[in-house]
Amino acid sequence: MKSPPMLTNKDVRHAVLTGFWFMFLTFPLLVIKVNPTEQTVTWRWANMLWVGGVSAVIALACRLVATRRAGRAELLRQMPAQTTHELHPFALPSRDRLIPLFGVIALFFIVFPFVFSAYQVNIMTTALMYVILGLGLNIVVGFAGLLNLGYVAFYAVGAYTYGLLHFHFGLGFWAALPIGGLLGALFGVMLGFPVLRLRGDYLAIVTLGFGEIIRLILENWREFSQGPSGIANIARPGLFGIDMSLEHSLVYQYYLTIAIALLTIFVVNRLRDSRIGRAWFALREDDIACQAMGIDTTAAKLTAFALGAAWAGMAGVLFAAKTTFINPASFTFMESAIILCIVVLGGMGSIIGVVAAALILMLLPEYLRAVAEYRMLAFGAILVVMMIVRPRGLTSQTRRIYHLPH
Amino acid sequence: MEYFFELLFSGLTRGSIYALIALGYTMVYGIIGLINFAHGEMFMIGAFTALIASSVLSIYHLPLPAILVLAGLAAAVWAGAYGFTVERLAYRPLRGAPRLAPLISAIGMSIFLQNYVLLAQTADFVPFPSLIPEFAFLEPYSAIINSSSLTILAVSTLVMTALTLLILYTRTGKAMRATAQDQKMALLVGINVDRIISFTFVTGSALAAIGGLLIASHIGQINFAIGFIAGIKAFTAAVLGGIGSIPGAVLGSFILGLTEAFATGYISSDYEDLFAFALLVLILIFRPAGLLGKATAEKV
Repeated sequence: MKSPPMLTNKDVRHAVLTGFWFMFLTFPLLVIKVNPTEQTVTWRWANMLWVGGVSAVIALACRLVATRRAGRAELLRQMPAQTTHELHPFALPSRDRLIPLFGVIALFFIVFPFVFSAYQVNIMTTALMYVILGLGLNIVVGFAGLLNLGYVAFYAVGAYTYGLLHFHFGLGFWAALPIGGLLGALFGVMLGFPVLRLRGDYLAIVTLGFGEIIRLILENWREFSQGPSGIANIARPGLFGIDMSLEHSLVYQYYLTIAIALLTIFVVNRLRDSRIGRAWFALREDDIACQAMGIDTTAAKLTAFALGAAWAGMAGVLFAAKTTFINPASFTFMESAIILCIVVLGGMGSIIGVVAAALILMLLPEYLRAVAEYRMLAFGAILVVMMIVRPRGLTSQTRRIYHLPH
Repeated sequence: MEYFFELLFSGLTRGSIYALIALGYTMVYGIIGLINFAHGEMFMIGAFTALIASSVLSIYHLPLPAILVLAGLAAAVWAGAYGFTVERLAYRPLRGAPRLAPLISAIGMSIFLQNYVLLAQTADFVPFPSLIPEFAFLEPYSAIINSSSLTILAVSTLVMTALTLLILYTRTGKAMRATAQDQKMALLVGINVDRIISFTFVTGSALAAIGGLLIASHIGQINFAIGFIAGIKAFTAAVLGGIGSIPGAVLGSFILGLTEAFATGYISSDYEDLFAFALLVLILIFRPAGLLGKATAEKV
């Protein structure tokens, strides 16, 4: 047996150099702060020391992990071949053993509004809406492998559908919900049709352009959408015409969002095992091979766009009803990026992963006020680090095996 | 007629700024086939570095041309350093990964850099000093062109010519063209492909930073988010000309700049950004290879 690999002098030198490089790199932006109107300059030298120290430590840690991993690979290579057969020593617990866990989680969500304040309930409702959005985008990006950077456009379509229908015709939430979903799907197909021929990265840019076009139209076509001032006084969701106090209404919305989130989970789960779901997976893995297997890729892509957009449309209606006020500023590219971050962190294609990622990413900044400022910075870093370290997401995905019925 | 010339010069000015950014997109795409989503941020970081450098230098009462040159140099050096670091951290580990992985990583880098500048500097719009001196000989034509537009046109022409000469006639330029043609083959003939890729990122970022300095001085204010829109527009220009082609990027940039100037001048200024996005979507749908690009069929 060899002794565990150690850090050499070379690694330490590399770390120190990295520290100095980042001190140089961040020097103008982090150290100097100018006030051009008053012509004053503030020097923040402490920042430089922090950057140097932290980046050196991170570089050292990366080296350590890399040498450890190399050492372990070496060890595995030396071992006799048959021991490597056992690929999954930690198999998932069986379904029966998971039921109590799900029970506890369900109980937590049911009693949540009775234990916590209205403020907390409101935050949880927002987080659950992102669960719905994340699962919807998961259909497009995770299942079908079509990178959609303009997902927020469909969210906006849903929100404005309800906002405008309520404003002009006094339509209620329940009537607007299916209309929002349908219009979302329609816009999904409208976007999907022309971009069918495009490859991955071009597709991403066109969807981004589409998202921005929708936002710019909403901002500038004042006669239609009332421009940047938005639409106010949208009705909250009703329950058989019962008058509800604001607090009861919030709790009602919370349960409503849970119900829709559960419906989403159910539908997406069923979709995954369906014929079209398996076609999406094939499409994601290899476009051309998928076509060669006789799958209609056009239909598969269009249904992915339409279904993904339909959920965003419904989430949009829900959003308009929850905030009672919408304007174009809620539908920027950053929103699309957050939803994408949820899907990527959750592991593309994994349902439990996406649900967990949405809750973590939405709730963590709310409860850790200190990190709230760094939220978007962290989102950016998460996207980069995840792609490098675990491109398959937090939850490891095992390929599903289908058994023929006997 | 005077209005027409005013719009023409405004379009040419815009076009040359787009060209400075678009060249970086097209060079990187040509070599590693990646849409460098964080490229717009290099433009923004260049503008901020120039602002900081010029403010610090103006305390020492240097003459204006010296400040302009030194600020430009600082912007180019630091943006180049950021470009180098971004490639090392976010793209190099992902070579050979599935196509979407580097793209998502690039989007993450773009969000990270925007918020880094937001936290390190400010979230507000900052006034940018006008570094470009007023030329007396332009006085009679002040209605159609001002001195900063002329400087932008002159500097960008100079920079683009230098880049063309670099790519056509130097050893490094030859190595870049070889790497763009076939990376494996370039490796086999002894080209240090890693170094060429780094060099491409540094050059592209430095060009974008010079564009950032020029436009910031022309418009007079900057904030942390300017890189996003500028980046998307420059990308549109690069795609319009045929991504991967350097003359294409310049041609596309001028077409986009002129389209925007005339469309906002004669149609409506409300939808300024919409024209670029609409143009982008239309080109990608009808002619994804661009004006000067070659359509390539994928082999199985």
